[in-house]
Amino acid sequence: MAGRMPADAPTDPAMLKLKRTPSGATAHSPSGTPAVDIRGLCKWFGAFKALDGIDLTIARGERLVICGPSGSGKSTLIRTINALEGFEQGQIRVDGIWLTREPKSVEAVRRRVGMVFQQFNLFPHLTVLENCALPLRLVRGLASGEAREQALHYLSKVCIPEQADKFASQLSGGQQQRVAIARALAMEPDIMLFDEPTSALDPEMVKEVLDTMVQLATEGMTMVVVTHEMGFARQVADRVIFMDRGCIIEQGKPSEFFDNPQNERSKLFLSQILY
Amino acid sequence: MHFADNIDYPPLLARPVVFLPGLALLFELLRWWNIGATSIGRGLSDLLSLSTRSPSTENLIVAGLATLVVGLNLAVVLRLNLRWQVYIVWLEFAALLLVFFYSFNLSFEFIERKIGFLLRQGLVMTLYISVVSITIASVLALIGAIAKLSSNGIALGIANFYTSLFRGIPLLMQIYMIYLGLPQLGYVVNAVPAGIAALSLCYGAYMTEIFRAGIESIPKGQWEASRALGLKPSSTTLRIILPQAMRVIIPPTGNQFIAMLKDSSLVSVVGVWELMYLARTQGQTEFRHIEMMVTASMIYWLFSILLEFLQARIERYYGRAHAR
Repeated sequence: MAGRMPADAPTDPAMLKLKRTPSGATAHSPSGTPAVDIRGLCKWFGAFKALDGIDLTIARGERLVICGPSGSGKSTLIRTINALEGFEQGQIRVDGIWLTREPKSVEAVRRRVGMVFQQFNLFPHLTVLENCALPLRLVRGLASGEAREQALHYLSKVCIPEQADKFASQLSGGQQQRVAIARALAMEPDIMLFDEPTSALDPEMVKEVLDTMVQLATEGMTMVVVTHEMGFARQVADRVIFMDRGCIIEQGKPSEFFDNPQNERSKLFLSQILY
Repeated sequence: MHFADNIDYPPLLARPVVFLPGLALLFELLRWWNIGATSIGRGLSDLLSLSTRSPSTENLIVAGLATLVVGLNLAVVLRLNLRWQVYIVWLEFAALLLVFFYSFNLSFEFIERKIGFLLRQGLVMTLYISVVSITIASVLALIGAIAKLSSNGIALGIANFYTSLFRGIPLLMQIYMIYLGLPQLGYVVNAVPAGIAALSLCYGAYMTEIFRAGIESIPKGQWEASRALGLKPSSTTLRIILPQAMRVIIPPTGNQFIAMLKDSSLVSVVGVWELMYLARTQGQTEFRHIEMMVTASMIYWLFSILLEFLQARIERYYGRAHAR
């Protein structure tokens, strides 16, 4: 990752501290600051421009679906939101916190953002319960009894408390992904990022994971989902974004976007993924 | 077998094209090595009272008999199941080793007289040096591996220099340098601490590379999941990455432990009364060198086997998440 500061990042030291909006809005404020605010975001991998001037505001409680062809930058975009990827230009605010390379800033952002990966990334040396409880102890400082209790609570939310003492390798792909969702939720984030959560699953397991995500959506969680599951997008998303070559090409309500895409590239993409 | 296939290939040795020429080759080799003239061969020919014949016929008959015994033995063992095959092969080779030692005409009375001291002083000192050195080496290796993977140029430079130097110089030289060289700076070191320091530094350097490779074998996704959950770098390394890396680290580290047990014998050059030193000196008075060497060797082997068992147990522990 490049060590330099984004060109137009806030340079005033006061702003580098976890600066919130003047009104002092907190993570749970009903209105005020957007959940995520991205301005002029650019990112290069060597000479390849992965993100090319992204402007995106995600409101609190919004369910956003990002789609686009492979290599379009959609995964890179959501990975910049919790600093798994750095960026060279532009600025990102999460819950009003400026995302810089400062430890305090990144720690504060990651505390508010949960993430679910395509490959689940459960910790194979820990049981399902420990996967959820260990981060609670290490990051949130919970006592081990409390951590277990909270972990079990979220495991029952994704309907697999009975698997708590198994290792990840003993679960099906769908179960593993639900554990990964429970692990992220147990940290009680304000925003959940999903990076192609169903792409590595056997077809018969896609539904159980999507059901879990739909349930989460009905509870008002702010969700940013990179997916090609059009049924899910139609049912749940407030807005669909179509990306290509690092740019946002088109966005709109799912019904508008899927039934009446405006851009040629969107039309081409949709014609390619619908068999 | 690892990932056994579902084809029953005939065992290599059971194929006539291998078995018969193999025996013929063995026969020729035994004849060429003049097995009839060895102590085993002579014992055998005395037993069968062949000594009256000419040495070349004697050699021929003994070689033929030995080949026959090997052939029959193989024919029987090939029909057993895997577990018994392993047991019998171990037994037979152990017996051969005993015959080899027996041919030295060892004085067991002498061994009996000396073994108490060899164990009380020599083995205890060897184990003490090994255990302390292994512990320090593991700590050095962990620090070295983390330094090698860090983005801090100073840490990286120190770690690179350290592994390069201590892997590049013979261990014997390191022992001399610490024991004889440090006093030149004004630090007089005793033999035992000097030996422990040299062994720790040398094995720490080798094990740094093992630990580094183990850590690098963990996929990026594990780091990302840990970071996304908000774990600090130290927690990510110690609680998420290292426990997984142990599965890869343990087998080569077990190797290092066994090698260290025996390399601790190099410390004898600075006069530490460990197993090897006593084995060399105790036999001198009565010209019974071989007795002490064989005894010490067997003690080393025994403890290596113990370490092998220990390694297998630890491997099982760290592999439990992968067992189905």
